[in-house]
Amino acid sequence: MSQAGIQRGKRTAGRPPQDTSREFVTPEGVDLRLRIGEAGERAAAFLVDVIILTIALVVVSIGMVGVLAASRARGVEVAAIVWLLIAFFLRFFYFMAFEMHPGAATPGKRMLGLRVIARGGGRLTADAVFARNAMRELEVFLPLSFLFSQGDGVDAWVILLGLIWSGVFLFFPLFNRDRLRIGDLVAGTMVVKAPRRKLLPDLADERTPGVGRLAFTQAQVDAYGVKELHVLEEVLRRADKPTMRAVAQRIQGKIGWQGEDASDPQFLAAYYAALRGRLESRMLFGHRRKDKFDRA
Amino acid sequence: MAELVLKSQRFRSEREADWRRLETLLAKAEGGSAARLTRQELLELPVLYRSALSSLSVARSISLDQGLIDYLESLCTRSYFFVYGARSTLLERIGRFFTHDWPRSVQGMWRETLVSLLVTTLGVVVAAVLVSGNPDWFYAFVPSEMSGGRDPSASTAFLRSTLYDDHDGKSVFATWLFTHNAQVALFAFALGFALCLPTAALMIYNGLMLGAFLTLFASHGLGIEAGGWLMIHGATELFAIVLAGAAGFTIGWAVVFPGEASRMRAASVAGKRAATVMTGVVVMLFVAGLLEGIGRQAIRSDAIRYAIAATSLTIWLAYFYLPRKAR
Repeated sequence: MSQAGIQRGKRTAGRPPQDTSREFVTPEGVDLRLRIGEAGERAAAFLVDVIILTIALVVVSIGMVGVLAASRARGVEVAAIVWLLIAFFLRFFYFMAFEMHPGAATPGKRMLGLRVIARGGGRLTADAVFARNAMRELEVFLPLSFLFSQGDGVDAWVILLGLIWSGVFLFFPLFNRDRLRIGDLVAGTMVVKAPRRKLLPDLADERTPGVGRLAFTQAQVDAYGVKELHVLEEVLRRADKPTMRAVAQRIQGKIGWQGEDASDPQFLAAYYAALRGRLESRMLFGHRRKDKFDRA
Repeated sequence: MAELVLKSQRFRSEREADWRRLETLLAKAEGGSAARLTRQELLELPVLYRSALSSLSVARSISLDQGLIDYLESLCTRSYFFVYGARSTLLERIGRFFTHDWPRSVQGMWRETLVSLLVTTLGVVVAAVLVSGNPDWFYAFVPSEMSGGRDPSASTAFLRSTLYDDHDGKSVFATWLFTHNAQVALFAFALGFALCLPTAALMIYNGLMLGAFLTLFASHGLGIEAGGWLMIHGATELFAIVLAGAAGFTIGWAVVFPGEASRMRAASVAGKRAATVMTGVVVMLFVAGLLEGIGRQAIRSDAIRYAIAATSLTIWLAYFYLPRKAR
């Protein structure tokens, strides 16, 4: 089952490798608990951007060829200049233009729910965006140029060494906690997740079928803690039948359910609402029951 | 069943309208720019943002609805970056860049600029000595696609013609040279992170090419003429490349010798300053491309070529280094 709902917020020691949540306190004093963008997501975002750039270039080239064919190849020179300039501006200003925008994300990043922020939490300035994108020369194009250069004997060894050396820059994000690439390091930026989420319906709402129809005893709702509640929420939101079946049976076994029959979704919804009500009212009295082993 | 209405649900139903309002405003602002919002909406946004933040803190302490907390976290994050994000318009930013940021940053790295200039000069001198001793060195320094027949085997008449005659595709070449130079400059900047040395190598190589060319022309008695041909745009272009090298050195130096700041912090401060310079370098290279594409073909007189070179150099130097009021 997904651990998305569980891991979050546990930033204390214990599991450093998967811990992607970072403290980020706003001037109002609220911790936003930002999560850093994973290496895989960032590579995917970059790939999407490269594909978009390639498509744009191909379209421009085809357009140019079309114009040239229509004008019977007069003005080849102008077309060549225009093409060179467009290619140049696309390559350098595509990333910068999008990242200077309020969304601070290229289309690829937006697609993966990422954005660029200033590491200190301040403003993301234009020069920071420039620096992080100019460094891409070092990270991507240097290894590529070594990869595509050819040579024999000593040259081949030099190229191999160069490739390894430049690979250090390419794989730099994998060797630090915040997945900073050289550009982020030099510009003082970092890439975090900022997905757009919809407000989901409240599962304990009375209108949800099943909620309030079944009655549970005190002992029955005391069987679980917050962690299990969140797993149950996840199960209900996914609404996958076999999983719901299995979970309903587990819960019924655990609490010794003898009450009236209800369909699995209805039983789970009712139990979720009851459990949440119980845990929330205990929380109001100052006790947050972490999980089912928390016996206080 | 009244007892099933939880406190967290009541809390949500009372505030939901505000959250949705904030969401709509944000979508509007992120879609285009802040300019799309009306004055009233702009005033509304920070208020809604603060109430969403307080909702988030309350929800974390009273609600166990993970869906709700996730939603609020994402909403608050998005609005945080909008409320505290950069707010100046593009025009203001560009204006400030030219009047203040750029010359200030260039001034700030005069030491690195001198080093970069020295390294380039070293390359020129080495190439001059080597090529005048043995012309075959020319081929080692200048790739054949750059020389275009201008090598030691060419006749004086041909060399002279390359300086004054129109060639087909000259403006295409100028454009190509602009993009090429911009790439070399960005490369020099980025390589600075690798502890300065690759940048130094790139600057030396640039100097070697320059020196080899000039020596070749000088050996045919065309030194003065070649100087004019080169410097009409070269004063701007070479200055830009020297500055790019200086920007690279700044970063490398900050990484190796961070001083009192932490290495990360030193790198990011230097990186941002160097990036400002680099933005300007791209502008300078563009100007150089214009001078080359237009000026070099139209103007054939050596005196005027030198005059333009001297004027442009003076303008750049005055713009960067004349004392100006602090802001």
